[in-house]
This record gives sequence, C-alpha cells and structure tokens, in this order.
Amino acid sequence: MVKGLYDNRLNTNIAGLKMKTPITTASGTFGFGLEFTDFLDLEKVGAVTTKGTTLEPRAGNKGQRAVETPAGMLNCIGLENPGSDYFLKETLPELKKYKVPVIVNIAGSSPEEYGELAAKLDVKGVDALEINISCPNVKHGGIAFGTCPESAAEVVEQVKKNTSKVVITKLSPNVTSVTEMALAVEAAGTDAISLINTLIGVKIDIHRQKPVLGNITGGLSGPCVRPVAVKMCYDVAQVVKVPIIGMGGIMNAEDAIEFFLAGASAVAVGTANFVDPTIAETICHGILEYMDDHKIKKLSDMIGAALPEGKLPTK
Amino acid sequence: MAKKVVVEGKVIGQHVLNITTKQIDVKAPEIAQSAVPGQFVNVQVSKRNSPLLRRPFGIASVNKETGIITMIYRILGDGTKILRDVCSGDEISIVGPLGKGFDLKAKKPLIVGGGLGLAPLLSLAEGMEGKKADVLMGGRCEDDMFWTDYFAPISNNVYVTTDDGSMGIKGTVMAVLPKLLAANKYDCVYVCGPEPMMKAVAAECMKQKIKCQVSLEKYMACGLGACLSCSCEGIGERIKVCTDGPVFWAEEVGEW
Ligand SMILES: Cc1cc2nc3c(=O)[nH]c(=O)nc-3n(C[C@H](O)[C@H](O)[C@H](O)COP(=O)(O)OP(=O)(O)OC[C@H]3O[C@@H](n4cnc5c(N)ncnc54)[C@H](O)[C@@H]3O)c2cc1C
Ligand SMILES: Cc1cc2nc3c(=O)[nH]c(=O)nc-3n(C[C@H](O)[C@H](O)[C@H](O)COP(=O)(O)O)c2cc1C
Repeated sequence: MVKGLYDNRLNTNIAGLKMKTPITTASGTFGFGLEFTDFLDLEKVGAVTTKGTTLEPRAGNKGQRAVETPAGMLNCIGLENPGSDYFLKETLPELKKYKVPVIVNIAGSSPEEYGELAAKLDVKGVDALEINISCPNVKHGGIAFGTCPESAAEVVEQVKKNTSKVVITKLSPNVTSVTEMALAVEAAGTDAISLINTLIGVKIDIHRQKPVLGNITGGLSGPCVRPVAVKMCYDVAQVVKVPIIGMGGIMNAEDAIEFFLAGASAVAVGTANFVDPTIAETICHGILEYMDDHKIKKLSDMIGAALPEGKLPTK
Repeated sequence: MAKKVVVEGKVIGQHVLNITTKQIDVKAPEIAQSAVPGQFVNVQVSKRNSPLLRRPFGIASVNKETGIITMIYRILGDGTKILRDVCSGDEISIVGPLGKGFDLKAKKPLIVGGGLGLAPLLSLAEGMEGKKADVLMGGRCEDDMFWTDYFAPISNNVYVTTDDGSMGIKGTVMAVLPKLLAANKYDCVYVCGPEPMMKAVAAECMKQKIKCQVSLEKYMACGLGACLSCSCEGIGERIKVCTDGPVFWAEEVGEW
C-alpha cells in the first residue's frame, strides 16, 4: 500500500477551499456523509458535498425514482431533502464532529431564494456552497437556471452577495454550449465551477409500454457519461481561469486522472459510491501509484497536462 | 445498529430450487455475526461497469457458527442471470447487513408470505427465539412450493395456497387468512410478498385488530439511505425502505 493518504502531494485548493485529497463526493450520491461512516474515514475524503438542500423541505418525485441503464443509471429523485432548518439543526452539528470541509449543494426556485438560502448557510461548519442550477428533475429552479446564461449569472450574483464562503457553480451538460455557460458564471463572480450534472434520458418499459420512471425523464449518471464529462471539462478548462471540480462516471483512479489531465483541480465521485461505498477514500491509493509511476511530484503538476498547451513538467 | 461492512464473501455453493429460483450460500462471518431477521444485503454481481449497481436480496438464513449467510433469489434479469452462474469458490462483494429487521417480541406469531417474499421470512421463522410460528404461504403452483421443505422443520403449522390448486388450498393466501386469524389468537402477523398481497393482509389484520409488520420492496441503488431512490410517503414523514425499513408496522406506510 502507498504511504499515508495525507500525503501532501495530493493537496489541492479550490479558490481557497483547502482539500487534503482532490476527492469530493458528488451531491446526492453520498447523503450527508454520515451514511457512509461505517465504510470510510470521512476525514480522509477531501471534502464532503451534501445532497441538494433547499430552503423548505421537499418530498421529491412520485413513482419509481431510479433505474439501471447500460453502464449507468437514470434517477429522478427530484431534490427530496429535509430542508435548511433541519440541515442546520440536525445534520451540520453531526458533520462538524469530523475534520473535513463541507460543501453544501443548494437549490432554489428563484435567484432571491438562492440568495436567502446562501445567507442562512453562511455559518461555521459550512466551507463552500455548490450552486445546483442543473437539476433536471424539478420543474421550478434547477435546470431552468442552468440552460440560460443570464439566469445563471443572476443566481450566482445573488449567492455571492449573500455569503462569505467559496462559491462553486455546478453546470448542466444539457446545453448547446457549456463554455458559454461557464464564461457567464465566471463573469458573475463564481469562485469555481463543477461539472457535469446528469444528462437527461428516458427508459421505456416495453412490456408495459410506458416510461419506467415516475417523472418520465431522469438524469443519466455513471461510467456511460464519462467521455461527455471529460470533453466538457477539457473545453471549459481552456476558457476559464477559475478552478474546476470534474465529475461524471468516475469509478476508479484512472478515471479521476483523466479529469485532472483535462484540467480539473479536484474531482467528485458519484454513482461509484453506490457500487463501492469506500471509494471516496480508497481511490487516492491509485492516484498516488500513478504519480509514482509517472514521477509526478504533486497533483498540481498534472492538472491540465492533456490540454493543447499543457504537459507534465520535465524533471 | 450493527456496523455495516463491505466484504468479499466466498461462495460455498448454489442449489437449484426450481426453474427460476436458486439458493446461494456465502461465507461472510462479519455479516452473519450481526445480522438480525429481516435484514438484507446488497450484492455486486459483476466487477464490470454493466450491470453496474448492486442487487438487494433478503437474508434467508444465517449460520452464526459457520459464518455462512444464505440468499434465495429469482432469476429475472441481467444481474440475477450472472449470479446464477457464480461457482463455489468464487468471491462476490457483499454490503450488509442492511436495514431494520422484524420485531421479535410476538408470543404467537403468524408468518404470511408469497413468492420470493418468503426469503426474509425464513430468517424470521429461524430467529423467533424458541417460539415456533404458524406459516401461511402462497404461490402459483406446486413447483413454487419448495418453501415447505424450509419452513416445515422450524415452524408450527404450515398452510399452503396455490393459484391453480395443485397444492394446498386453491386461491391466494386471502382464501385462508380471515378464518385463520379469527380462529387463533395471533398477536402479530408478519408479511412479505407481492404488494397487493401485503396490502390485503395488512387490511385484514387492521380489521381484526392484530398487529402487522410488512417487509417492503422498492427499487434502490445504494441501500444506505443516501440516494433516496426508495424513499416513500410514511405517515407525516418520508420513509426510506432501505434504512427505515424494509420492515415497517403496517400503519407506518402511507403510500404502497
Ligand atoms: C430490500 C429488498 C430485498 C429483496 N430480496 C429479494 C430476495 O430475497 N430474493 C429475490 O429474488 N429478490 C429480492 N429482491 C428483488 C431483487 O433485488 C431483484 O429481483 C433483482 O435486483 C433483479 O436484478 P436483475 O439484474 O436480475 O434484474 P433487472 O434486469 O435489474 O430487472 C429485472 C426486473 O426486476 C425488476 N427489479 C429490478 N430491481 C428491482 C428491485 N430492487 N426491486 C423490485 N424490482 C426490481 C425490474 O424492474 C425488472 O422488471 C429484493 C429487493 C429489495 C429492494
Ligand atoms: C441519485 C442521484 C442524486 C443526485 N442528486 C443531486 C443533487 O441533489 N444535486 C446535484 O447537484 N446533483 C445531483 N446528482 C448529480 C451528481 O452529483 C453528479 O453530478 C452526476 O451523478 C454525475 O456524476 P457520476 O456519474 O459520478 O454519478 C445526483 C445524482 C444521482 C445519481
């Protein structure tokens, strides 16, 4: 086994958010972190990103909410969450017991609501906010803001105005130009960008002649989306200056490394948590091994190395 | 609650029970030690990316001495077709024990099951702590009723119904249940099976004022309470089948 996971070769910095490993957990796939403490040491995860949280509790969608598809899954949870009051009163105090940065994923139905939520979460124990403007499974909010550069910018401005935390904006792949969206949120002041959220899809039950999911459409995640995600990371990394958290189908260290080489400063593991609940901690072993094999001294040396102008530093 | 673990379990053996059903025995001592009746495991049928997600199966039997856990499963789709071909000596990754099990306090229990719903109920019959339960089981035909061999040695009376009348009484469990409840002083009914059956059993128990526990099945991805795929409406609050259940008191379930 490789030395310690606190090996400082893995340190990364997302606009001031210091992470001991470049791994966070994709929102909605890791609960609030506490669900996984039987399987891993939360303090050895770079940062915990929570389930999407809204001002008021939400019940989510009716009917079947998930279904497996080739090398992936569709979900239409619909942002079920216990709401911000519950989060602040019950969940955050528990999370605070662990020395791990906390990124709270937030969603709202208007720019003002995002702002209000950001202000409410501007408390000790929250280290960053990830703005979810890309949830494909709710009618109000979410993706409506994620597909229009002006609306996205408005949300980012509202959040920035109301928080002292690092602000990460999570982009949707369901757009014509992800770079246009990235530039819009960067101009609006986001400190970092995360991408991608899920791709919209449908699965039909041919025996019932009906869509499988209660919401009809769902968000596609898992290994099948990875090439799309890597491409978007690769493109966005060439046009923005803010750091990127890459995600989409990362199942192991090799997959994560693709994103670093495509310009991501950190990555999130999502659907993989369902398959291997230890992955958010153990994936680092493979990254360190790769760095040993390729004589890479620190993570930052490989960030963007596969971009047109990029390369690994020569010894 | 007992610690959940992820283990590579060695497959001890598989047995064919009928054309679509198999039993698999896996050595997983950490899970065997702490599992309680009604809990389930999440099994990785393949290390490849497709099928991707683990498949949930009830724990049908546990041997704490040998550390072997038994699952009984129906061969349905891609995942169970791969599981069907797993050989003795192979290792499979198992996460468990998951969920909350049955309440074991009943003095005179009745177990009611249909189809693969009988799998978790077997661990209940086994684990009733000295009390032998009566069992009412339903199936399509005699070929489905291999279950009697499992339940008979560890139960009190076993009643069988089949849709086609090829074994026991013709009809569903509902052809027998009302009379059975009226004639006996059961203090708790435990039911697992197809949803319409569980609903009907729960309604009859309610009518005859007998406590009833149901073990629900909903599509789930993580089994850990994180993805919320299996979240449904309880009474006044949301319930997650994977961590708040799969076993619930019938009156806790708001949406079937
Ligand atoms: C808590 C729990 C306990 C279970 N215990 C048992 C058990 O002891 N024995 C047993 O045979 N089965 C059990 N099941 C159901 C079992 O998980 C599914 O049959 C299995 O996942 C099917 O996998 P597959 O790849 O073969 O089928 P797939 O190709 O995934 O699907 C085939 C068919 O099965 C349905 N299906 C798939 N997954 C589920 C699911 N999670 N719930 C309901 N339907 C599903 C699909 O909708 C489809 O119609 C349990 C399910 C849950 C949630
Ligand atoms: C069950 C499920 C729930 C999700 N919930 C959220 C959410 O609440 N907020 C959000 O921004 N993204 C959510 N996502 C998207 C993931 O965070 C991630 O962007 C996406 O799944 C791609 O990564 P993956 O392929 O590694 O899973 C969810 C994904 C899944 C599978």
